[in-house]
Amino acid sequence: MVNRNVRREFLGYSLTFSCALIAILLTLAIILFLGWKGLAVFTQHKISLTNIFSVHWWPDRPAGAGGPQVGVLTFIFGSVITSTLAVLVSAPLGVTVAVFMAEISPRLGQRFLQPVIELLAGIPSVVYGYIGLSVLVPFIRNNIGGTGFSLLAGVMVLAVMILPTIASMATDAIRALPGTLKEAALALGATRWQAIRTVILPSARAGILMGVVLGLARAFGEALAVQMVIGNRREIPHSILDPLITLTSGITMDMGNTVQGSLWNDTLWFMALILLVLSFFFIFLIRLLGRKGAVH
Amino acid sequence: MLPKKGWFGVIFLILAVSLALTAGCGQKSGTGGGPQGEGKLTGTIVVAGSTAMQPVIEEAAKRFMESNPGVQITVQGGGSGTGLSQVSQGACDIGMSDIFAEEKAGIDAGQLKDHKVLVQAFALVTHPEVGVDNLTKQQIQDIFTGKITNWKEVGGRNQKIFLVNRAKGSGTRATFHQYVMDGKEEAKGDVEQESSGTVYQIVSQTPGAVSYLAIAYLNGKVKPVKINGAAPTEEDISTGKYPFWAFGHLYTKGEPSKVVKAFIDFVLSDEVQNGLIREMKYFPVKGMKVERKP
Repeated sequence: MVNRNVRREFLGYSLTFSCALIAILLTLAIILFLGWKGLAVFTQHKISLTNIFSVHWWPDRPAGAGGPQVGVLTFIFGSVITSTLAVLVSAPLGVTVAVFMAEISPRLGQRFLQPVIELLAGIPSVVYGYIGLSVLVPFIRNNIGGTGFSLLAGVMVLAVMILPTIASMATDAIRALPGTLKEAALALGATRWQAIRTVILPSARAGILMGVVLGLARAFGEALAVQMVIGNRREIPHSILDPLITLTSGITMDMGNTVQGSLWNDTLWFMALILLVLSFFFIFLIRLLGRKGAVH
Repeated sequence: MLPKKGWFGVIFLILAVSLALTAGCGQKSGTGGGPQGEGKLTGTIVVAGSTAMQPVIEEAAKRFMESNPGVQITVQGGGSGTGLSQVSQGACDIGMSDIFAEEKAGIDAGQLKDHKVLVQAFALVTHPEVGVDNLTKQQIQDIFTGKITNWKEVGGRNQKIFLVNRAKGSGTRATFHQYVMDGKEEAKGDVEQESSGTVYQIVSQTPGAVSYLAIAYLNGKVKPVKINGAAPTEEDISTGKYPFWAFGHLYTKGEPSKVVKAFIDFVLSDEVQNGLIREMKYFPVKGMKVERKP
C-alpha cells in the first residue's frame, strides 16, 4: 500500500515537472525565435533606427523611388492609443461592477452579474468584430460623424472585450479582503459608501491594478476584432473619428502576402518582437504590483 | 475531478495535439509512387498558399483522395507569399499563388515550375446606390489614385467616394494594380482590409463605397461594375476584353514527383475543369485565348 502511494507520488511529481519544463522550454524557444527573426531587420537588412522608427511605410518601393521605408511608429502609436483609451473607458466600469458584485449586492452579483461577465469573456473576438462592423461602425457614421471606421470604434469594441478581465480580477481582490476590515470601518460609524471608498477600495488597490494591467495587455494583443473596425489606414489619426492601424492588424494583414526572409516580412517579425517586449513590460508591472499587494 | 486514470489520458492528448501542431507544413512529405507499381499511388502532398484558391483545391484534393486512398493531401491557406516561399524552401510540395512567382520580390522563380490550373475573375464592386454601371479604366484609375472623389464626376449620384483598399501585397491587389491601375500607385484610401468577407460587408453597408472582389464573393448586396463595357464573364475574359483576372498557379520546386504530377493532372482534367472549377465560380484555364506573361 505504502509502496504504491510512493510510486504514485513519484509519477505525479515527474509528470508535473516535465510539463512545467515543456512550458518553460516553449516560452524560451518563442522568445529566441522572435528575437532572431525580429532583429534580422538590423542584422541582415542593415536598416537604420531612424528608418524603422519613422512614420513612412513603403516596404515595396524600390530604392530608386525613395524606398524601402519600413517605419513602424504609426503601428506602435495605434496600438498604444487604442489600448490605453480602452482601459480608461473599461477600468472605472469594471471596478464599479466589482464593487456592486462584491459589496453592494452579493446575491444579485453571484446569481446574475457573474455569469453575465463570464459569458462576455467567452464570446470569440471575431463576433465582437462582426458586431462592431455591422452595428457600431454605421452607428458612428450616422450619428457622430466620420466614416465610422475609427479609433472610437476600436476603443469601444476593446473596452467591452477587456471589461470581464478587469471586473473579475477586481471582484476577486475585493472578496479576498478580510471581513474584519469592513466591520471595523462600520463600527467606527462609517456609512457603506465611506467604507467602500476609504477602506475597501484602497486595500484592494493592488489586485484591482493587476486586473487593469491584465486588461491592458489583452487589449494590446487583440487583433481580429480591432482590425475589422479601425479601418487599417496607415496614418497617425488626427481625431478620434479617424481610421488608424495597430501592430497586430498590420501583422495579420501582411504576413501571408510577404515572402519569408524579405525585408517586408522581417519588419513584421520586428513588430511582433515589439509586441512581445511590450507584454513582458506588462507582466513585469503585474509582478511589481502583486509584490506590493503581498505586504498586507 | 477526473477519475485517476483520466489524467493520463488528458496529458497524453495535450502532448499528442502539441506534437501534431508543431509538425505542420514543415513535415517532410513522401515522394510517392516508388516500388508500388503502376496504378497504385501512395504518398503525401502538402499544399499551401493563396486563400482565394484554397476552397477549390481543397475540394479537388478530397475527390482525388477518394479515388486514390493511398494518397494523403493536406491543403493549407496562408496567402500567395507564404505559398511561394514555402515551396521554394521545400517546406511543402505545391505552392498556390494568384500571381506569377517572377512578380514576387524575394522569390527565385528560376527553380519553380509553374502549372496554371484555373482563371480567377475579379469584379469592381460598389455600394448598390452609387448609380454607376460602367467605368472606363481611366475613370477607375482616377478614383483609386484619389483624383476623383465624388461619384457625380463619373455619372453617378452626388455622393462622396469611400475607397476600400485591399492589403498591400495581397494577390488580389497586385492583380488590380497591374492590370487595372496599369501600375499607378493607389491613394491611401479610407479603409484597408485583407479578408474578402470583410470587404464585402463594408462595401454593402457603407454609402459610396468602392472596392474589388473575386466573383465568388458577388452577391445581391454589392453592385458589380463593368470595366470599359466588359463584364467578368468567360467570354469577355477569354477574348481579352475584360482585364481584371488572374491565373491560379500551382508551383512545384523543379519537376513534380509522380504523385504530385498525378494530382496536378487531375486538377487539369476535364472532369475538374468543367465541373468543380465552374461550380465554384472560377473559369477553366484551357479556354483562354489571351496570353499573359509575368
